[in-house]
Amino acid sequence: MLAKRIIPCLDVKDGKTVKGVNFLGLKEVGNPVEMGVRYALEGADELVYLDVSATIEGRETFLRMVSSVAKNLNIPFTVGGGISSMEGASALLMAGADKVSVNSAAVKDPALVYNLAKRYGSQFVVVAIDARLKDGKWVVVTHSGNRETDLELFTWAKEVEDLGAGEILFTSMDHDGTKQGYACDALKRLSESISIPLIASGGAGKREHFKELFVNNCAEGALASSVFHYGEINISDLKKFLKSNNIEIRL
Amino acid sequence: MTAIIDYNTGNLFSLIASLERVGVDYKLTSDSEEILSSDSVILPGVGEASNAMSELRKRGLDKVIPLIKAPVLGICIGMQLMCSSSEEGDAECLNIFPNKVIKLRGKGIKIPHMGWNSVANTRSPLFTGIEERAYFYFVHSFAPVCNEFTAATTEYGDIFSSALSKNNFYGTQFHPEKSGETGEILLRNFIKIKD
Repeated sequence: MLAKRIIPCLDVKDGKTVKGVNFLGLKEVGNPVEMGVRYALEGADELVYLDVSATIEGRETFLRMVSSVAKNLNIPFTVGGGISSMEGASALLMAGADKVSVNSAAVKDPALVYNLAKRYGSQFVVVAIDARLKDGKWVVVTHSGNRETDLELFTWAKEVEDLGAGEILFTSMDHDGTKQGYACDALKRLSESISIPLIASGGAGKREHFKELFVNNCAEGALASSVFHYGEINISDLKKFLKSNNIEIRL
Repeated sequence: MTAIIDYNTGNLFSLIASLERVGVDYKLTSDSEEILSSDSVILPGVGEASNAMSELRKRGLDKVIPLIKAPVLGICIGMQLMCSSSEEGDAECLNIFPNKVIKLRGKGIKIPHMGWNSVANTRSPLFTGIEERAYFYFVHSFAPVCNEFTAATTEYGDIFSSALSKNNFYGTQFHPEKSGETGEILLRNFIKIKD
């Protein structure tokens, strides 16, 4: 049986892992390579590194960090944040990333998803979708939730699947940062409407939130950041808890 | 010296990094003499089967690989290329293993099969010291069917061969280089095989 995946996410700015709400008041929480190795030892199934640097220097530092992660980590990892071209994605692949995640750039230029999948295979392409519920409709947003698009979550997800995406990472902006649990209803509907794997993001606050997600088959994987970074949830304990609730988990 | 066959197929960074962590002396090569004189050979692979086959043919490696006497490990597409044929791009393959490679099928499964799945019915020195039903990392949409050369099975929809072995040829559908410590044990086991 395929195991459900636990995926810590690290936001990286100028070579440091940071955490903050809506990129305000960013706080450094550690060295991204060391943190990644520690999470892998604790049982993380894969990792996501997001570049939140705003400068060219920051981007170059990120690329060097990706090589270092690839050398030191023995589990898969995805990189994202500001990838907008084949060249950018290719540089990350050559630096050792297993997958790239594209978000705003996919909305702006859907052909990028198609071209990446065609050149490097679907398994390399994760499309990250941020959305929030507005008047009963899940509206896709970009630029960390600052820009609303005309796209609707379920249609957009199907479209990127058709373009060749190998996986979808969905963040509910209504749940992100609340620690009140994942957007299970939307995730469940989304999962049933696509035939590629789905990763849930936004809202994890306690172990029961992961259980609720997996027991109801809402996603193949669960992403979280602050609960892991601040030691509120230990990955090894979380996985034992899920396993004891009869969820397929790799210990 | 372990030869990693270099035939322009995707990113070898992870495999190389993993061999370095395990402490394996390796060389990237597409030279037939170098390949035939190595202590062991790894055929990696990411990408699409029919393209990967034409990259092998372009370098004459389709004639060389079946002649190798040292242990050979095919990983993912690398293993699929050692099978008889693949539904992916309707590719004729090397036919070292007489298994057909078919698209993953079964009720309600998502494709690609991505993530950690358990590996059962292991019967190969590759799995020495690895517990039955241990988890390995998979990323693929096609896999070899089961037959007498199946060295491990995995269930995803239907059951497929997650490892194959025949004489000095071995293959894994999963990625040992991405499978944590368990994967590193498997790579060490492979390097220790003396045929």
